[in-house]
Amino acid sequence: MRYPYYPGCTLKTHARNFEASALASARMLGIELAELGRWNCCGVVSSLTADNLMRHLAPLRNLSRVREAGEDKVVTLCSMCFHTLKRTNLLVNGNPEHLRKMNEFMDGGKPYDGSVRVLHFLEVLREMGFDAIAQRVTRPLAGLSIAPYYGCVILRPKEIGIDDPEEPSVLSELVAAMGASPVDTPFRKLCCGSYQAVADRRAAEELAHAIIDRARQGGADAIITTCPLCAFNLDSSQQRLRERRPGFREMPILYFTQLLALALGAQEEELGLDSHLVDPRPLLFSKGLLAPEAVQGAGDAHA
Amino acid sequence: MTRRLALSSESAAFSERVSELSGVTVTLCEQCATCSGSCPMIAEMDLSPAEMMRRATLGDASVLESRTMWICASCYACAARCPRSLDVSRVAEALRHLLLRKSVEFLSIKDIPKEELERLPQIALVGAFIKLTR
Repeated sequence: MRYPYYPGCTLKTHARNFEASALASARMLGIELAELGRWNCCGVVSSLTADNLMRHLAPLRNLSRVREAGEDKVVTLCSMCFHTLKRTNLLVNGNPEHLRKMNEFMDGGKPYDGSVRVLHFLEVLREMGFDAIAQRVTRPLAGLSIAPYYGCVILRPKEIGIDDPEEPSVLSELVAAMGASPVDTPFRKLCCGSYQAVADRRAAEELAHAIIDRARQGGADAIITTCPLCAFNLDSSQQRLRERRPGFREMPILYFTQLLALALGAQEEELGLDSHLVDPRPLLFSKGLLAPEAVQGAGDAHA
Repeated sequence: MTRRLALSSESAAFSERVSELSGVTVTLCEQCATCSGSCPMIAEMDLSPAEMMRRATLGDASVLESRTMWICASCYACAARCPRSLDVSRVAEALRHLLLRKSVEFLSIKDIPKEELERLPQIALVGAFIKLTR
């Protein structure tokens, strides 16, 4: 099964491990994620005023690229990209006059016709079926307790979200299919602070604390995310939390695709486990999921 | 502390402008404060989301002096839970834009230390720059 794939900027820079592990897991599941020939930054956030079409142009151009490639669907990995593309798609599908104006403004390239379906990779996996995925697991993640963390923009608002906004379950179903124990907490849909990490670093750190502490209380060994911004906020906040909150225990933050690739039997090099601030390798090694050589140079775990 | 607010054609015009820019009929807010209860950033705010909505409804332009809409993380929890289906996140955006379009910004890019610009991934920077700077 072949899907056009829109990576977004961060998957090519800060979150290369998200892309590498996603492409590896997709390959092992018989899914081809074919990167679009041309794409641009989605803009990360959506314009929410009633009159600002300019900010919708960046996502729209990407949707137009999908059609130029002769395709009618596109798969994303980054939650922020997923949300901006889908929100713009909904906007123009509900408002032909907006679409006409934007196509005219873009002046060149294929005018967008509204026909692309924007998908998150989790929707592709859900459609494939978690039983089918479980059957392909060669390295069950037994003994690992994983707290799914969705963040916000992949769930809300309902018209855009891929799961129930109050009781999402797609990640816990995936965790179970991988042979690990899911730990769902009420904070799995609490915002990590998002871009406020730039203006108010401490606020993002306090949200990270709430999310991680709740996962720890629920018995989780690690957290999985679907968004590079969530992953950054949760991973990078922990050093300062350790400094100012006695008793704070660090928790590895992983992309769901890193665990999926691991469970499907990927080689350690495909997982990108060496680019985390809180090193997940000691945990995975302790559960017998990584070879000893993989943890050489990992250093003392704080967990 | 008692505040006095004169309801006038000016305040009505402000309330209507917020409604127009956000696409939300702010006067439908019933002040249940579910938005406040759902907001992950409320601890940093001077006005709660519900108070922000109250001032928008009354046409109290002093709401533009608050930090509230600038602290918003656009997480849509308020919008998802409002029992009247009012998209409070759009109201926050409208308030930001009333100021951004007058070149009033919350974040000044030139004041961000170089180490922070290097530490933060572009996904955070681009989001913050679009939401909080002119």
